[in-house]
Amino acid sequence: MRVQEGEKAPPVFRLSMLLNDKRYRSMTIQTVALIGFMLLIAWLISNTLQNLNALGKDVNFSFLNQPSSYDINQRLIEYDSRSSHLRASIVGLLNTLLVAVLGCTLATIVGVVIGVLRLSKNWVVARLMTIYVEVFRNVPVLLWIVFFMAILIGTLPKPRDFRGEDATASMMFGDSVALTNRGIYVPEPLFSNSLGNLSVFGWFGISIDLVLLLLVLFAGIFAARRVRRRAMRVQSETGKLPRTWPLRIALIVVPPLVVLYYLGFHLGYPVLKGFNFSGGVYMRNSLIALWLALSFYTAAFIAEIVRAGISAVSKGQTEAAFSLGIRPGLTMSLVILPQALRIIIPPLISQFLNLTKNSSLAIAVGYMDVTGTLGGITLNQTGRELETILLLMLCYLFISLSVSAVLNWYNGRVKLKER
Amino acid sequence: MLSSRPAPNRHVGLVGWARENLFSTWLNSILTFLSVFVIGFVVIEVVPWIIQSSWTATSLNECRAAIIEAYGEGTHGACWAVIRERYLQLLYGFYPSDAYWRPNLALVLMLIAIAPILYPVLPRKMLLFSAVYPLLGIWLLWGGSLWTMISILLGFAIGYILMAASSRAFGTLTGLITATLGIIIYWIFAAVPLSELLQSIFPRLWLEPVESARFGGFMLSTTIGVTGIVSSLPLGILLALGRKSDLLIVKAICIGFIEFIRGVPLITLLFVASTLLNIFLPPGTNFDLILRVIIMVTLFSAAYLAEVVRGGLASLPRGQFEAADALGLDYWKSMRLVVLPQALKVSIPGIVSSFIALFKDTTLVSIIGLLDPLGLTNSIRADADWNGIIWELYVFVALIFFVFCFAMSRYSMYLERKLKTSHD
Repeated sequence: MRVQEGEKAPPVFRLSMLLNDKRYRSMTIQTVALIGFMLLIAWLISNTLQNLNALGKDVNFSFLNQPSSYDINQRLIEYDSRSSHLRASIVGLLNTLLVAVLGCTLATIVGVVIGVLRLSKNWVVARLMTIYVEVFRNVPVLLWIVFFMAILIGTLPKPRDFRGEDATASMMFGDSVALTNRGIYVPEPLFSNSLGNLSVFGWFGISIDLVLLLLVLFAGIFAARRVRRRAMRVQSETGKLPRTWPLRIALIVVPPLVVLYYLGFHLGYPVLKGFNFSGGVYMRNSLIALWLALSFYTAAFIAEIVRAGISAVSKGQTEAAFSLGIRPGLTMSLVILPQALRIIIPPLISQFLNLTKNSSLAIAVGYMDVTGTLGGITLNQTGRELETILLLMLCYLFISLSVSAVLNWYNGRVKLKER
Repeated sequence: MLSSRPAPNRHVGLVGWARENLFSTWLNSILTFLSVFVIGFVVIEVVPWIIQSSWTATSLNECRAAIIEAYGEGTHGACWAVIRERYLQLLYGFYPSDAYWRPNLALVLMLIAIAPILYPVLPRKMLLFSAVYPLLGIWLLWGGSLWTMISILLGFAIGYILMAASSRAFGTLTGLITATLGIIIYWIFAAVPLSELLQSIFPRLWLEPVESARFGGFMLSTTIGVTGIVSSLPLGILLALGRKSDLLIVKAICIGFIEFIRGVPLITLLFVASTLLNIFLPPGTNFDLILRVIIMVTLFSAAYLAEVVRGGLASLPRGQFEAADALGLDYWKSMRLVVLPQALKVSIPGIVSSFIALFKDTTLVSIIGLLDPLGLTNSIRADADWNGIIWELYVFVALIFFVFCFAMSRYSMYLERKLKTSHD
């Protein structure tokens, strides 16, 4: 080979290198893509502005401060029809979060139970669970929601059936729970020496009693974990595990009980007054129907995820644990589950997000979630489609992204550490 | 030597099987009894309702009277008569009844068109029909002149010729750009006059146009679902490739789009379709609602398909990409000839699952006022004769959805087993 002498020829830049030279081509493509993308956005925005001009509208969020003049019958914070549209949206957002949290909890419980039972050696149980899974996941969730609503309305007694001498319906659990076709009444927690509410920016109140209770509970759990850790240390030094479970249970249970006693905790029972119940916590049947339908539908998917996760842990792991002399219960909790969880958690996250997004179907049964308030009545009353739908999407995006961020962080913690 | 004795009765036959499978532990026995109780409850409550029914009545009151007359006082039976009277509406919506053969034919042809994609043993020539089918299906459903479809198709042929000619002369990228521009210019300026000209010369290829407002029932669900998944496939593949690409800006745009669409519920996108889409488009554009819904559904499922295809791309060993590079193929050639055929094959079960999800999600269009099966149950109830009928309609709709989705999910599982080449 001939070695070139002298200095290299200075790199001459020719225009065609933008297309043909690998070093520059990626820059060219990206610039073209960026310009194209900007042009597309600009085109959309200019179209929007022209159309809005033609309709005599502008982009303006001041409608959020106007009084909403509609009522929301299921709410977690104070609200009436004189409150602003912004407050109505927040009530809706809290309702979305409420049904999402309730739904994810119930769906996880039902899903795990069914997923485990599907693997059961019991022929009848396994078949029954297979039928459950196939029926629930092959019918649209919207159909389930209206179906559950129809069941609640059609089968539960009317509030007036509870009245009179010859009442056809009666309350359950010693006159504490009333199942009616308008909704479910359960006892509410009341405090006779309540510490009052903590006002957050004058927007809504957080019960100080609840905060105190949670703080004491978490402190107890933290202390119990410290005790447990010390016991483990003692075990690794001396080989003997000191008996700490009575102390740990006491640490978690006793302080909240003491706090409850001093706050004068008692239950407020729902009472039939006139044509309806009053007192107690009232959960409308739209909430119940949505909650049950979303949970049972999502549970079918979670069951499949759990089943796949458990079957994916190879049989050798169980056999290895048994050959080490580990008992079956401990094998499950120390060997199988930690490995199965790594497989289960990522798809579980996406199921939780699906449930949260599906909760927007609340509009079909009239539960006032954020889609029903902001994207429903507020949109129709103010006629501000662009602003309301934009805000609505941002709400869901915010929920989705933050949930997946938190759960991904957790997933990162339990993930197999590869070195 | 002693001959072996028969196994004890407790361990053989039905008793043995039951002891082993149903009553092995006390927990197992409780579960068995619970399950039997649940099954018994459902059978006792539901089966009489299904059987003690009326198929002939013409209104809900008549139907209830007929059931009481036939089965005695206090019987609650199903009024299947409403299904007998309205099943055509639940299947086709308000589509003109003398044109029912068109959606039927479109469905049969669709099955023929997807057969070669799903079953690789069929002759590859059939793929040509699959490529032509979308326009044929649209023509069958909406009617109008076949020449419109043919002149649209001609655009692709022109694009192909341009691409072949100019990429030989100036390289793939230039070829791609020329072809795209050529197709767009042809469609905007030449396609409509050409089709009108051909229509005036050969007027026979004409079907009575049907406006989309008359679409409804399962026909509407299938139309939205199939159109959505088919038209989102190319976009989904491009998004998946963009998400895996080294070009930062392209990657950022693709990730932004995918995560945005996946982060919001479909219903908000349908709200966009029903109230906002016309505002985003040039003044004066006015699509009908079904087309707008299809556009938004396409964007929605493209984001999900992109994730499916990304999974397929990730499952390919790195060696395949490197081998394609080593052969000196450029990016598009390596994708088209080496990577995508393998990645798409692996993704077919995922694509089928996305289709099932999308098919079920088409019920959401009833919320923005389209007459899909669920929306039609409301309009049937609005009829004074059938006011108050709930269960029969829901059961019928649920049953049809179940049959379709169950069959498709079984197919997808069969594929997964077939495609699984590992040996664990």
